[in-house]
Amino acid sequence: MASIKLTINGKSIETHSGQTVLEVAQTAGIYIPTLCYHHALPPEGACRMCLVEIERQRSLQPACTFPATDGLVIHTHSPEVEATRKFILEMLISDHPLDCMTCDAAGDCRLQDLAYEYGVKGGRYQDGFKHSYEVNDPNPFIQVDRNKCILCHLCVRACDHVNGVEAISVFYRGFNAHIGFGADGSLQDSPCEFCGSCVAVCPTAALSPKLASGKGRSWQVEKVDTVCSYCGVGCKLTLNVRDDHIIKVESTWDGPANHGWTCVKGRFGFDYVHHPDRLKKPQVRKYLLDGKKKPKSRNGKLWQWVETDWETAINITAEKLRTTRDKFGPDSIGVLTSAKCTNEENYLMNKLARQALGTNNIDHCARL
Amino acid sequence: MTNSIDDIAEQAAAYFVIGSNTTEQHPVIGMRLRQAVKRRNAVLIVADPRRIDLVDYAVLHLQQKPGTDIALLNGLMYLILENGWEDKTYIKQRTEDFEDFKKTVKQYPPRKVSQITGVPVEQLEQAAEIMGKTKPMAVLWAMGITQHISGVYNVMSLANLQLLLGNIGMPGGGVNPLRGQNNVQGACDMGGLPNVYPAYQAVTNETSQSKFETAWGVTLSATVGMTATEMLPGVLDGKTRAIYILGEDPVMSDPDTNHVRTCLEKIDFLILQELFPSETAPYADVLLPGTSFAEKSGTFTNTERRIQKVNQAIQPIGDSKPDWEIISELAKRTLEGRGVSSGAPYAKWDYNSPNEILDEINALAPSYAGITADRLENGETLQWPCPDKDHPGTPILHTQKFTRGLGKFTPIDHIPPAETPDTEYPMVMSTGRVLYHWHGGQMSRRSKGLLEIYPKALIELNEEDASRLGINGDKRVRVSSRRGSIELDAWITDRVPPGMVYANFHFPEASANQLTQAVLDPIAKIPEYKVTAVKVETT
Repeated sequence: MASIKLTINGKSIETHSGQTVLEVAQTAGIYIPTLCYHHALPPEGACRMCLVEIERQRSLQPACTFPATDGLVIHTHSPEVEATRKFILEMLISDHPLDCMTCDAAGDCRLQDLAYEYGVKGGRYQDGFKHSYEVNDPNPFIQVDRNKCILCHLCVRACDHVNGVEAISVFYRGFNAHIGFGADGSLQDSPCEFCGSCVAVCPTAALSPKLASGKGRSWQVEKVDTVCSYCGVGCKLTLNVRDDHIIKVESTWDGPANHGWTCVKGRFGFDYVHHPDRLKKPQVRKYLLDGKKKPKSRNGKLWQWVETDWETAINITAEKLRTTRDKFGPDSIGVLTSAKCTNEENYLMNKLARQALGTNNIDHCARL
Repeated sequence: MTNSIDDIAEQAAAYFVIGSNTTEQHPVIGMRLRQAVKRRNAVLIVADPRRIDLVDYAVLHLQQKPGTDIALLNGLMYLILENGWEDKTYIKQRTEDFEDFKKTVKQYPPRKVSQITGVPVEQLEQAAEIMGKTKPMAVLWAMGITQHISGVYNVMSLANLQLLLGNIGMPGGGVNPLRGQNNVQGACDMGGLPNVYPAYQAVTNETSQSKFETAWGVTLSATVGMTATEMLPGVLDGKTRAIYILGEDPVMSDPDTNHVRTCLEKIDFLILQELFPSETAPYADVLLPGTSFAEKSGTFTNTERRIQKVNQAIQPIGDSKPDWEIISELAKRTLEGRGVSSGAPYAKWDYNSPNEILDEINALAPSYAGITADRLENGETLQWPCPDKDHPGTPILHTQKFTRGLGKFTPIDHIPPAETPDTEYPMVMSTGRVLYHWHGGQMSRRSKGLLEIYPKALIELNEEDASRLGINGDKRVRVSSRRGSIELDAWITDRVPPGMVYANFHFPEASANQLTQAVLDPIAKIPEYKVTAVKVETT
């Protein structure tokens, strides 16, 4: 890679070749607005928001695809550039539902941000043709609202370059162009595996998580980084929490094992945490509270569950473990620890079995 | 895994995926395999009795009969040796016992292997040539390799293959078992095994024993304990009196459900610490509400030995408590009578946070010594072994030498499965999970979307068998083995070859484990889930 020197907005920048103008500008802290650009996907130059003026070029050039070379003189916010961006936004807005007040993406929508930045509300083309797509893809995970699609193709690229199944493509051309799945059918009938990478990169609410719909906006949630609870890949995830409820899961781009990728369970399978079946209080069988012997029958009153406080449940349990150990020996007790629990908890289970009970009878589901 | 996910995704020139349905069970690794094939023309060979989705991206699909992996691998190594494709320098410098191994492999010429495995000779030759000529090659496997009575030998055969090709300790190579559960690696690392203390220090080793006796202040047992697959049957002969289960559901996940239920009925005392009233809960005497990953902090260790921080996002649901608190409370009250010597540095159970437990792990588990709370809080995610605070962690194992010094070749002969099809039970059933569910299903069946998209148990059945049975389209079937019978809908598909069915254990009303048998690998005590003789009938 050769050293190059170029100028952006009068600022001289020394860098190396092999980058785009956008990348050089971003590294130098110079802002260029984008819609169809995503750092994790190959650039496509689809939306033209990142057009810049490059001296000695006949027309404005997309910064996301234009290679940075020695001697370029670039203007990112010249009057012509700004007018063009405003024109593009007016075109996009003219065929976009202006329902930001009820849209889940509000506050986390690049189109909204840019419309705000450029003061575009309506404009010259507001009376032009408008699409009216039905919002009816029946899958349980992803809301598909083509009315909000700006044809940035990020979902197409994510499905190809992240998941790989290529379930999403663009059908038709011109004003009729739209995003479609498989042979332009439903997501469920396409090769889609519902990893949700498309949702993660969608700049609007064209593709959004159904579970999060109406549950909270980006500024209302607390974001907590953690690790997925399903498989051994160890995807780093960001839980979006509102009022002590997880409403959405995002996959973190700096995750060392997953780099922003995850699967259907990681992204959409989190709601078991709040399922009404969750055990909320310790329970013991009635015979234990009554100080009776364990009943032979599992149908009688003595085998019924009784909710207790923690102190009672822990005391009964510890007493039983102690007496079993003392009467039948430590090896009469088995401990199954959990591959779903933390290292710290597994260490404690190992210590409990070996130190407190005195047995090596400890195992977990690694074999199962 | 000897290597990292990034390393094999970016560096491997070839992949041999055997007994791993990667795109469904480790989806992100599956995606990366797809990308390696698509973007940089990496060569993928899949060996699997089923036509799994990953086969779409493979140059070769070796469709071996279930339970014939050793024969297949020996056959491939026969051809590698025959053509002189082995890595002679590596074998000479880094391995031992090559000659004995070679003698055994010589007993597996292609024609014989083809007869045992059902893989055509031509495909064996093609696979051996790719393996012999494309370096580095990463081998990836999962339970398709291990859940056999020959599970340990299957794994050793894969180690033989990678030693022969000089692929262990190399970027883009390695032997890479994909670990199933989010923290199954960590549960093993932390001493959740009957034969080892944390960091694999053997309970039978006197130095280890005295180290932990000094640390914990009690006399410790030097007898290897029982495995999960031995504890439950131990109830019937009075060996096991009480079991304390943390977050596990044997009724769903253990082999031969009817037998599991019989054992659980006879147990004196069962403690279950769980999120949900699982299928095992009806047998419990005490039910303690634990918490999910979202309600507590700590660390998980992933399949590439990487320790990552788990952070509490919400308050525990109801009166549930973080599991580390419950375990500590129980231990404090059971420790009585164990004669704890005063002054032992780690005898106590008064932890105020998971970080304090991690401090103790740092002190006692050498491979975790440098993986401190401070470093993790600062955003580091280290891979063990990480023996001190300045160590950067270890992305690839065995780069200079093996733990035992030289890599050992082991001569291994084919062992047929315990139960083979006969006239009464003429088909072979293999079991596993599907993309949309998880293990016994306690979590995924309680996730609205996952249940909606995959609402009931399905058994994969080949269309030839379906038409022989008179099934036209998806239809209810009864599947029986010597141990039980289930009724469920058949999915007519060419994912399974004729004579084979594939079932999951996500749904209690039709769980494959009602049919599987508790026949174990004699060393690892892992059940042979992947080969069960069954019959399929219309209902």
